Amino acid sequence: MLHIYCPHCDEYREEEEFRPKGEAHIARPADPENTSDEDWGNYLFFRKNPRGLHHEQWFHSAGCRKFFNVTRDTVSYEILETYKPGQQPTVTAESRQAQASAQASNQGAAK
Amino acid sequence: MQHYSGFGLLKHGLSHHENWQRMWRNPVPKAQYDVIIVGGGGHGLATAYYLAKVHGITNVAVVEKGWLGGGNTARNTTIVRSNYLWDEAAWLYEHAMKLWEGLSQDLNYNVMFSQRGVMNLGHTLQDMRDIHRRVNANRLNGIDGEVLDVKQIQEIVPHMDCSANRRYPVMGASWQPRAGVARHDAVAWGFARGADALGVDLLQQTEVTGFRISGGKVLGVETNRGFIGAKTVGCVAAGNSGVLAKMAGFKLPVESHPLQALVSEPMKPILDTVVMSNHVHGYVSQSDKGDLVIGAGIDGYNGYGQRGSYPTIEHTLQAIVELFPIFSRVRMNRQWGGIVDTTPDACPIISATPVGGLFFNCGWGTGGFKATPGSGHVFAATLAEGKAHPLAAPFTIDRFISGKLIDEHGAAGVAH
Ligand SMILES: Cc1cc2nc3c(=O)[nH]c(=O)nc-3n(C[C@H](O)[C@H](O)[C@H](O)COP(=O)(O)OP(=O)(O)OC[C@H]3O[C@@H](n4cnc5c(N)ncnc54)[C@H](O)[C@@H]3O)c2cc1C
Ligand SMILES: [Zn+2]
Repeated sequence: MLHIYCPHCDEYREEEEFRPKGEAHIARPADPENTSDEDWGNYLFFRKNPRGLHHEQWFHSAGCRKFFNVTRDTVSYEILETYKPGQQPTVTAESRQAQASAQASNQGAAK
Repeated sequence: MQHYSGFGLLKHGLSHHENWQRMWRNPVPKAQYDVIIVGGGGHGLATAYYLAKVHGITNVAVVEKGWLGGGNTARNTTIVRSNYLWDEAAWLYEHAMKLWEGLSQDLNYNVMFSQRGVMNLGHTLQDMRDIHRRVNANRLNGIDGEVLDVKQIQEIVPHMDCSANRRYPVMGASWQPRAGVARHDAVAWGFARGADALGVDLLQQTEVTGFRISGGKVLGVETNRGFIGAKTVGCVAAGNSGVLAKMAGFKLPVESHPLQALVSEPMKPILDTVVMSNHVHGYVSQSDKGDLVIGAGIDGYNGYGQRGSYPTIEHTLQAIVELFPIFSRVRMNRQWGGIVDTTPDACPIISATPVGGLFFNCGWGTGGFKATPGSGHVFAATLAEGKAHPLAAPFTIDRFISGKLIDEHGAAGVAH
């Protein structure tokens, strides 16, 4: 069972109070009338579906009924952060990689 | 290949079954093949088998990162049916159904295909309208189907609670008598043995880590055992399809979700058909060993870990106990998860890709086991000819751009 921190309620609650709502930060094309079929199809149906870090929307359906964002590892299911809509994630695949390589070079220096 | 027969069984009995031949070789990869199949599940193995058997293309490798049939093929609840609503889907699944009906003979391998019927229950007036519509559509497509009333249901499944004062009363059902179950491992092993005998190399413990692409065309695959060349590559990797597409530089309209199943302790025979309910959302059958085989829906979040969440297990068992109060004290033996590749319209993708020579067969989601022989058959034709088999043609990636979706969501009953 996941324990999810709702940034609106400021509390950890059980997974069952929430509904996952798919990939976050997808921008709706600003001018639908002049958007090509390809761009519109991409917007509607094509997702990143990463094996690793995923930024996704969750809905606190049995709580405050507000949406928020979660950064979660899709292999370990570990939740790394939750943040409000409109905010940007602080943990990303790039930041994680940079951290890992910094750690590796630190270890190299210590030896 | 040693032919299997009753006489052979008797003969091997005389030597205490110690001299059975291995079912397939364990070859070293060649430098170059005509076709490489990525993914040694049922669909990949069936593709290789039909490439060799129907199209005479035998210089083929199946590249599998784990062991043969260890993905969703080994994890599914083995329901086989073809009563889909829309023509395109119905034709594809019925094509598979016809192959299932002769598969054990064709492979000389008992896949234990048991046409014990599948029942999709209706619990609301809208369920019943959808059931009538789907059964009528099926019959117009020459697919067997009937609408059962409660009395007929009780005759087939006397232990199910069909009383009118249930929270979700059973109002009727669709019934496909030719549907049923098959032995999942035997399907993978039968196709593997058949393909191997025709010269296909089955390369296990070989993980594809990248594609070599030049001038927009595929040249082969990079693996943990080195580069293996082929001008035609077919990816049949279920939940990991998106990962492979990313390696090749494009996106798929597919999302990977955990899907769980559980089996109970073995019991005496009590249920000789398959019962599915979309509305209370659960389904159950009884295996030849006697255990109840139970499943339900996906976990809502994306996931690649082959396990699921506890709330889903709880909801699944609530549904089963709602239908069969008599099962309330049956103990569950094992629970597991697989990673299913769901598409927005709940139909598969059998398609060319932006990379020349690279094809994908994926998106079967929660319900591709039933299609295994048909999927392999049409994908083999697609790879051999370099263009879509007529039954596969509607299932391109492009439909998510053109908008020509084949929406089987509610229509297909429970999605397995
Ligand atoms: C719990 C559960 C219940 C289900 N119930 C039903 C049901 O009742 N009826 C039904 O019709 N369907 C059902 N399904 C769906 C069905 O199992 C699948 O649609 C079907 O088995 C897919 O077959 P496949 O051969 O494409 O995939 P798989 O058997 O998953 O094979 C894909 C293979 O690709 C390999 N692979 C992945 N990445 C790589 C790589 N980079 N390099 C090399 N190899 C790789 C994997 O190791 C795997 O063996 C169920 C699924 C699950 C999980
Ligand atoms: Zn909240």
